[in-house]
Amino acid sequence: MIDDGVDLKRRRLLTGVTTGVGLVGAVAAAVPFVASMTPSARARAAGAPVEVDISKLEQGQMLTVEWRGKPVWILNRTTSMLDTLGAIDSILSDPNSDVPQQPEYARNEHRSVKTDVLVLIGICTHLGCSPKAALAGGADAVLGLEADWPGGFFCPCHGSKFDLAGRVYKGVPAPTNMVVPPYHYLSDSRIVIGLGPEEGEA
Amino acid sequence: MMAKLVDWIDDRFPLIKAWEEHLAKYYAPKNFNFWYFFGSLALLALVIQIVTGIFLTMHYKPDVETAFASVEYIMRDVPWGWLMRYMHSTGSSLFFVVIYLHMFRGLLYGSHREPRELVWLLGMLLYVTLMAEAFMGYLLPWGNMSYWGAQVIISLFGAIPWVGEGLAEWIRGDFVVSDATLNRFFSFHVIALPILLLGLVFLHIVALHKVGSNNPDGIEIKDNKDENGIPRDGIPFHPYYTVKDIMGAVAFLIIFFGIIFFAPEFGGWFLEKDNFVPANILSTPEDIVPLWYFTPFYSILRAITYPLFGVDAKLWGVIAMGLSIVMFFLLPWLDRSPVKSIRYRGPLFKIALTLFAISFVVLGYLGTQKPQGLNLLIAQVCSVLYFAFFLLMPWYSKWDTTKPVPDRVTAK
Repeated sequence: MIDDGVDLKRRRLLTGVTTGVGLVGAVAAAVPFVASMTPSARARAAGAPVEVDISKLEQGQMLTVEWRGKPVWILNRTTSMLDTLGAIDSILSDPNSDVPQQPEYARNEHRSVKTDVLVLIGICTHLGCSPKAALAGGADAVLGLEADWPGGFFCPCHGSKFDLAGRVYKGVPAPTNMVVPPYHYLSDSRIVIGLGPEEGEA
Repeated sequence: MMAKLVDWIDDRFPLIKAWEEHLAKYYAPKNFNFWYFFGSLALLALVIQIVTGIFLTMHYKPDVETAFASVEYIMRDVPWGWLMRYMHSTGSSLFFVVIYLHMFRGLLYGSHREPRELVWLLGMLLYVTLMAEAFMGYLLPWGNMSYWGAQVIISLFGAIPWVGEGLAEWIRGDFVVSDATLNRFFSFHVIALPILLLGLVFLHIVALHKVGSNNPDGIEIKDNKDENGIPRDGIPFHPYYTVKDIMGAVAFLIIFFGIIFFAPEFGGWFLEKDNFVPANILSTPEDIVPLWYFTPFYSILRAITYPLFGVDAKLWGVIAMGLSIVMFFLLPWLDRSPVKSIRYRGPLFKIALTLFAISFVVLGYLGTQKPQGLNLLIAQVCSVLYFAFFLLMPWYSKWDTTKPVPDRVTAK
């Protein structure tokens, strides 16, 4: 480059300013492309509440329904299942449900509105697998559970364990209790998942 | 006639120059051994993936309703479709076999050392891009393992504080892995990442040809040139190494088609049995296991089960897994040995490399097993060994005794 009589300071300033403006333009141009990858209006609208009939759900039985593309479990716990909940607090990492993984109305020892009926999003809080229900206590050779297993949920992906209220064990990769979705009862046998007891709460 | 055509082109395009610079007068060390097959084999594997991929794309449908069925359609109804599909699925696994051996060669002979740091870094970028390419391709058949594998890996991003959940949602384009996810992974798998791969391959080779190839003795052949400026220990890449590489390609293809014709699923290692069931969002497979080439890192992810410094185990697992790949990028600067090749290194490095190779393989195996009891403990020990290999390298590579390095390459 011939720099006879060229004001290099000025040239550098102009080059710098031009580059700066160009970069701002490039970032602005990237915005629509990046934003186009966020959930679309259709995906956002697909999260409508689901109504479930639980009149045929016997004691000790579990039902899986789909809400917002996720499995939701409805478990009708027996008295003996409920008895296990109080006994194992010492090996749970959040026995009192201090982390807000449930609506306020389900923040109790059994983590449910009605004591026996548990409603839970069936997704492990570690990396989103769906844990296996190992409701009966005792050893399970397939899942690799020991004889002292009191019953609960076991995630086959990375070995996380949850009790029969979806509370997480200590020393497993999952950091928090499983999520209780917002729900309320229309009648004794009908549950609406996705909407809390107060009208319009999502 | 032919000569005139070449002249005509050469006046307008540097044809002869490129031919001579990169093939006929590119001088490679004359002592290449078995380990030097894998560079050209990686290129062959890439070509196989691209060609079979183009033909699979003609029949595949990236839609959750039809994706699984379209793969079955390719397997049953498309003439020779099974061959294309098995070449693509087997090809991806063998691609990683070749790449891992290619990387191990680098560790053996110090190919990451000065002046080849950029060759190594570009190679590592290629490796990471290839992992992304393989991961996204694995979702496309929309089998149950495809679905849950993607669910787990995308959730990894959710572990990042503050921005994680939004980032995972942005990657999925939905609140769960769905049609939006499948469609964009298809786009990345067939367009974006292949373009990136080809670009990086080009840069990898340009950088290599600038500095010249390393060799099993880890010495620079350019330090000893004859009166014409040609390295005394160099031979032209073409025809010497083109012929050698063709022989390697033939051996590779015999193994490749042997697997395709006799064991295309390779006992569940190349095509997992859970993926012969369509994706079911309500049922996780008994064991979520990625394909074998990801399992060493997956093992490290699962090995961390305790929170530390107020950070939960989940985030630590993700950090450890990320770092386990970052370590490879740092390698050129961790290695402080005065010699490059393992032939002239002392026992410390040889022990370290052996332990690393064993722990990598064991982690890979444990990644396919249940993470409990003894398995978990062994995975934790191997994870520590894995990181120790890299993090202690600045010390043991310096303290190690070395043998004198010869002036000229040796033939073994």
